[in-house]
Amino acid sequence: MLARIYVTLKKGVLDPQGKAVQHSLESLGYDKVKDVRLGKYMEVKLDYSRAGESEPIVREMCEKLLANPVIEDYRFEITEE
Amino acid sequence: MKFGVIVFPGSNCDHDCYHVVKHVFKQDAEFVWHKESRLASYDCLILPGGFSYGDYLRPGAIGKFSPIMKEVRRFASDGGLILGICNGFQVLLETDLLPGAMMRNRSLKFICKDLYLRLEEDDTPFTNRGRVGDMLKMPIAHFDGNYFVDDKTLQELEENHQILFRYCDHNGDVTTDANPNGAMRNIAGICNRERNIMGMMPHPERCSESILGNEDGRLIFESIIDAGVVLR
Repeated sequence: MLARIYVTLKKGVLDPQGKAVQHSLESLGYDKVKDVRLGKYMEVKLDYSRAGESEPIVREMCEKLLANPVIEDYRFEITEE
Repeated sequence: MKFGVIVFPGSNCDHDCYHVVKHVFKQDAEFVWHKESRLASYDCLILPGGFSYGDYLRPGAIGKFSPIMKEVRRFASDGGLILGICNGFQVLLETDLLPGAMMRNRSLKFICKDLYLRLEEDDTPFTNRGRVGDMLKMPIAHFDGNYFVDDKTLQELEENHQILFRYCDHNGDVTTDANPNGAMRNIAGICNRERNIMGMMPHPERCSESILGNEDGRLIFESIIDAGVVLR
């Protein structure tokens, strides 16, 4: 199975990198850019045969290590490779 | 007093900390490799600065799972003194021994320079040699020192007098301009509620000898040594 994990900054947490990218887009002339938030994308290959089996494990991985619950949210999808 | 300096792969201020406690303050000191699963008997543990595990994922995130951290947690809950400096502070945050998290500096730049701190609390084992309002000059050297915590916890930090240092200007005023990294309320250092664990971004071990031109960092180590003596 393949878990695609997205770690993003929580709402309300200032994102200085996102702001820098936003300003850069604006200076390129994209004047409709309202906001940019940067996050992390991870792919974790897993030796499970069913998505349902691996879901609680991936959740645990996110809680324990992959995301910092103080500043980050996470979501993921699990598919066949 | 006996100090243990925890060494993670990527720690790079471990020798500075060891040198200061051992040679400047003439205390017992030992390095403790992160793979150790047993802690000898220490009075104070120092988690030094550096880039444990290359800061991969998030600063301090992987160091949190080093075998020694289980013992560090036990030492903390037994009331042992723990000082986390820079990356050591980040490890303490990731480990939940201190509240909050570090974000990338507001300027998106690595900042390495001397600046001023205002001492906010003198009723801790780490600051008892100073007085509230004292100004200390210390260097910072970090990429992720933009302290963040949720509003409720921030309120608790203020109410429980857990904010020990704030960035200030050369007049001692805590201003937005004096904030190098965007940290909430100019926070440079905090302690836990029980006051036996402190984390700070500035580096006292880099300014504790006259030969280095600045001895303001001595206050931290002298306070700890005083506190250690009282405990005994």
